[in-house]
Amino acid sequence: MEVKTASFEKVSSPKTTKVSGAEAVIKCLLEEGVDTLYGYPGGAIMPVYDELYKYQTQIHHVLTRHEQGATHAAQGYARVSGKVGVAMATSGPGATNLVTGIADAQIDSTPMVCITGQVGSHLLGSDAFQETDIIGISTPITKWNYQITKAEEIPEILAKAFFIARSGRPGPVLIDITKDAQFASLEFTYKKCSGIRSYKPKPEINLSELERAADAINNAKKPMIVFGQGVILGGAEELFKQVVEKSGIPAAWTILGLSAMPTDHPLNVGMVGMHGNYGPNVLTNECDVLIAIGMRFDDRVTGNLEKYAKQAKVIHFEIDPAEINKNVHADIPVLGNVNETLKILLEHLKPNKHEAWHQKFKDYYQIEFDKIIKNDLNAERGKIGMAEVIDEINKCSKGDAVIVSDVGQHQMVACRYSKFNQTRSNVTSGGLGTMGFALPAAIGAKMGAPDRDVVAVIGDGGYQMTIQELGTIFQTKVPVKIVILNNDFLGMVRQWQQLFFEKRYASTEMVNPDFITIAKGYHIKAKQVSKREDLKEAVTEMMESKEAYFLEVKVEQEENVFPMVPTGASVSDIRLE
Amino acid sequence: MEKKDFTVSVYTENNIGLLSRIAAIFQKRHINIESITASRSEVNGVMRFTIVVQVTEDQVKKIAGQIEKQIEVIKAFYHTDDEMIYQETALYKINSADFVEDLNIQDFIKESNARIVTVTPKFFVIEKTGKRHETDSLYEKLKPYGLMQFVRSGTIAVTKNEMPISNILEKFDTTN
Repeated sequence: MEVKTASFEKVSSPKTTKVSGAEAVIKCLLEEGVDTLYGYPGGAIMPVYDELYKYQTQIHHVLTRHEQGATHAAQGYARVSGKVGVAMATSGPGATNLVTGIADAQIDSTPMVCITGQVGSHLLGSDAFQETDIIGISTPITKWNYQITKAEEIPEILAKAFFIARSGRPGPVLIDITKDAQFASLEFTYKKCSGIRSYKPKPEINLSELERAADAINNAKKPMIVFGQGVILGGAEELFKQVVEKSGIPAAWTILGLSAMPTDHPLNVGMVGMHGNYGPNVLTNECDVLIAIGMRFDDRVTGNLEKYAKQAKVIHFEIDPAEINKNVHADIPVLGNVNETLKILLEHLKPNKHEAWHQKFKDYYQIEFDKIIKNDLNAERGKIGMAEVIDEINKCSKGDAVIVSDVGQHQMVACRYSKFNQTRSNVTSGGLGTMGFALPAAIGAKMGAPDRDVVAVIGDGGYQMTIQELGTIFQTKVPVKIVILNNDFLGMVRQWQQLFFEKRYASTEMVNPDFITIAKGYHIKAKQVSKREDLKEAVTEMMESKEAYFLEVKVEQEENVFPMVPTGASVSDIRLE
Repeated sequence: MEKKDFTVSVYTENNIGLLSRIAAIFQKRHINIESITASRSEVNGVMRFTIVVQVTEDQVKKIAGQIEKQIEVIKAFYHTDDEMIYQETALYKINSADFVEDLNIQDFIKESNARIVTVTPKFFVIEKTGKRHETDSLYEKLKPYGLMQFVRSGTIAVTKNEMPISNILEKFDTTN
């Protein structure tokens, strides 16, 4: 007898599973390809952690020692891998501790999704235990944020979060989930987000502007390129190299553009900006066409805007329309992802060499070499200099390591002297200048690029801002290499005090602990070096170590970083001493 | 560049927190908002913010760019006064005794094309819609009689030019 009925047939059609909101969060992360996340548990996020326990073979949760560490680790992971970094925290203090990392990711365009627990929705606004308005707090520093109060919102909102974080100009997204939404159940289906009607990640490419740009470049006598992280974020490194090589145009980088092009490439003329190289800074004010690619004319790059490249026709390749004419007027704006716009540009470019113009960069480099670089690298007396340490790392890494730097003098030295053959190798806090960034970022970087050597170069000040992450290194056994350039000073502030505040060293001298004992307390191999003759061996030992390694180098105490464009000065008034 | 009044019109999704996201853009630049109004717009489900600020054109251009960059903002425009038809509404609450006794007040109301909204034995509420100087002028006239309460709305404005919001949304629907 036929028993099949219409209602019976219906049962087999839609494939959904009933899960808790907390489990849905994990399932969403897996759908988005997340294999590693960084976080710290607490009351309001406990249901999600309970699910993480069940899914621990599929997703690696790294317990950092502070939520700020979780954000920087997620950033380090994102910067080397190109994937979205994920950080998780509880409500209240857990959420507020994410703020610095979120602000850092916002200003440096790093794709990151932060998930915070929130008190139950019936308690919202009651000043409940560990309640803070993290949506209100994070609004100005996120690309997008959203509070989930119903379990069924979770799949769609998390899909949007990942889409927004990684598309267009990337950035941080914060999703706050009330505890009741984590406990409640929903029918789980997942659909990746492919578009949002009010959000246009990629501006339309204007072919006539591109043709104008190509004309200007082809007719330029003294063109110069300044490239930023946009080249890396757009995955346009190879295309960019072809543009540079075909056009023969000298290319200088911003701190976040570093490693988008090999540092030893003959057309790579060094860094622009406050502690950048002599040639590209001076010649910014001599070039006839300035081609800015995926950069945003930060004040540390431009110095005094009234005296910045006024003689030049400015062409600005940029994905974010709000960056056009924000700081520097673009005579020819070229909107779009550089991996598309440079492809079209390349077709229109005429081969050129610009040899005489390129020689000018070489001449300025020689001046800088004689006045600064030679001494930085080959100091013969006094204590070890910071650049000597970087140079030794280069000799061991052959330019293949990821260098994660913190903020201050050592950062400028690391960026000036590090050699890079590969892209996504320079991880540093550029826009926000977050001291304490490097140690946790290095953890994330090593996990995001496990086959590469990751060296964190940190000052004695910044190191102590997130020093507790040594605990994360100990627990996860992540083999990062940590170099502290210890001058027992907050060196960059001290340099400014020396140059602009008549040597009044207000609160910049550091009385430091025994860093070796601290590292050993976490069972991390540690060594201190203070004599030049021991440096090579110590760096080599660190670079060859298969485990995490801590190297403290006692460096010259009152070394200054030059060249320098003092604040308010023009880039061409860069000081060599 | 000279500072003047600009009206920023922002079309957005209707979501919690968007007001504070937009306001934060002014706050970050240390710019005071002269008036702000939010309401539904001509497009179903789309909100419209009308924000008046006194800034330079260079500033307002950048602000509109930063606002438009927000995920849930569909479009942001800025206009000068002469590119818009704009109005404000003011309510004046006055003592009924004063109103009945003093014929001047009745004249002010007639002359200024104001409207009586409510009459009770204790107070009258008068409404005036117009330009800022018109509501201000009635305010000055009524003030000597002891205004019990006064309130004025933000500027609301429609542009002389077309606002192609529906086209933008349709374009998204056809390309996605």
